[in-house]
Amino acid sequence: MEYLRQVLFQNVTGFDQLPGSLQVFIPMLLGCLLCLGLVTLFPLVAVWLERKVAAHIQDRLGPMRVGGWHGWAQTIADGVKLLLKEDIIPAEADRLLFKLAPIMVFVGGFAAFVVLPFSDQFIVSDLNIGVLYIVAISSLGVVGIIMAGWASNNKYALFGGMRAAAQIVSYEIPTMLAILTVVIPVGSLSMQDIVRAQSGGISNWFIFQPITFLAFWVFYIGTLAEVNRTPFDIPEAESELVAGYHTEYSGMRFAFFFLAEYANMFLVSAIGVTLFWGGWQGPSWLPGPIWFFLKAMALVFVQMWLRWTLPRLRVDQLMYVSWKILLPISFVLVLAAGTLALVAEGTP
Amino acid sequence: MKRYFLDIIESIWTVLLGMKITGLHLFTRSCTLQYPLVKWELPERSRMRLFNKIEDCIGCGQCVRACPVDCIYMTTEKRGKEAPPIFAADGTPIKLSVTQFDIDMSLCCYCNLCVYPCPTHCLVMTPEYEFAVHTKQDFLYRFAKDEPLAPVTPSPVTPQPALVK
Repeated sequence: MEYLRQVLFQNVTGFDQLPGSLQVFIPMLLGCLLCLGLVTLFPLVAVWLERKVAAHIQDRLGPMRVGGWHGWAQTIADGVKLLLKEDIIPAEADRLLFKLAPIMVFVGGFAAFVVLPFSDQFIVSDLNIGVLYIVAISSLGVVGIIMAGWASNNKYALFGGMRAAAQIVSYEIPTMLAILTVVIPVGSLSMQDIVRAQSGGISNWFIFQPITFLAFWVFYIGTLAEVNRTPFDIPEAESELVAGYHTEYSGMRFAFFFLAEYANMFLVSAIGVTLFWGGWQGPSWLPGPIWFFLKAMALVFVQMWLRWTLPRLRVDQLMYVSWKILLPISFVLVLAAGTLALVAEGTP
Repeated sequence: MKRYFLDIIESIWTVLLGMKITGLHLFTRSCTLQYPLVKWELPERSRMRLFNKIEDCIGCGQCVRACPVDCIYMTTEKRGKEAPPIFAADGTPIKLSVTQFDIDMSLCCYCNLCVYPCPTHCLVMTPEYEFAVHTKQDFLYRFAKDEPLAPVTPSPVTPQPALVK
């Protein structure tokens, strides 16, 4: 944001004559609009990509007609269709909560984009508690999901909401412990500090160090479950729960859930890139933001790949993986990371 | 305890194995045929739309009798003694003029039984399969020359309830 303000100062004539509050407000607004643009445009690409990946894994072609080249405009057509659809609210639904839930889910994903370091300059707000902020704000999504499940007044939706709550709360613990193994050696919660700690060549990235390498996989599985992706998509398990918590949603409200799911996919991948894969760093023949996007897209692609490979877990298996496998591993990793940090400091 | 770690290793291994399989499929040629642009090559002797070459039809009515669903409607008139002799392509003299030869393709069950008895091989199943129409009446194919367009009896598009006898 400081960067945006500097750019505006240098390039927009008369920006320094504006009242002080506007000088703060306009860069803030621009940063938010950039994030909003990313959050809304990324799903358009990601949904198309997901359908393509799904199709080609199953030896099909996927969308091929809309817009010419490999059906690139398919998602736009679908979005327009969803916008034009009738907005149905069930008669027995809790109208206020029903309308609020998609917004909550979306805001939970969107607000976390604020601390993503897209490059060494561009970050909307480099909070000194960036990681904590992400963990806290992205938990807002689960409130929205339970809200949707409750407000729909539908048994499938309620089941989906309850399952989502159980799953997301369970998987947040190993995920956060995995994040801690990165925070301990860095000694800071700021996203930029974490990226800077990995500067100086690929070998300094946390993915290539033994403890954080294992922590990454715990983190990846945990975030996969947190964004309700297959094989952890029991909150919206089609074969048992129709569509889970968004069974009763149609039109644009449904699109918001969809948008939030794909925005969250990018979000967790971006966090993974920041924490483990060196963030925006990379060979200098490509600018930082491009590296950041490429790495995040690679992780998103693996998420899609997994989705079309693995079957859905049972509820008890899901809990088993979280509490009996990921949690002990992440505890051991945190202890190891702490011990290493102590040894490195030379404390007796 | 040993089992626990073996299970973890096995699950990671099997996930990687599955990802290898799907990853390979990601780069194999997809088998989709984009239908209106690319068409499936039909196997030999496919049984699709019926066609009657009316010039060769001698009006023997064997196809009508063979049809299990009675979807062929034929009426014939005896040709006059003084009429010039005409012959089918294989030399069979045509003694009846076919005044009506209708096939209701909406009833046809594509069994090919009408084709076998045809002595002059004028009734054939063509490989033409794209003959969807907007109204059911359009499924009535009229092959006879100079056939009046008035509704024929029995009305072919209202299948006769054979059971109400």
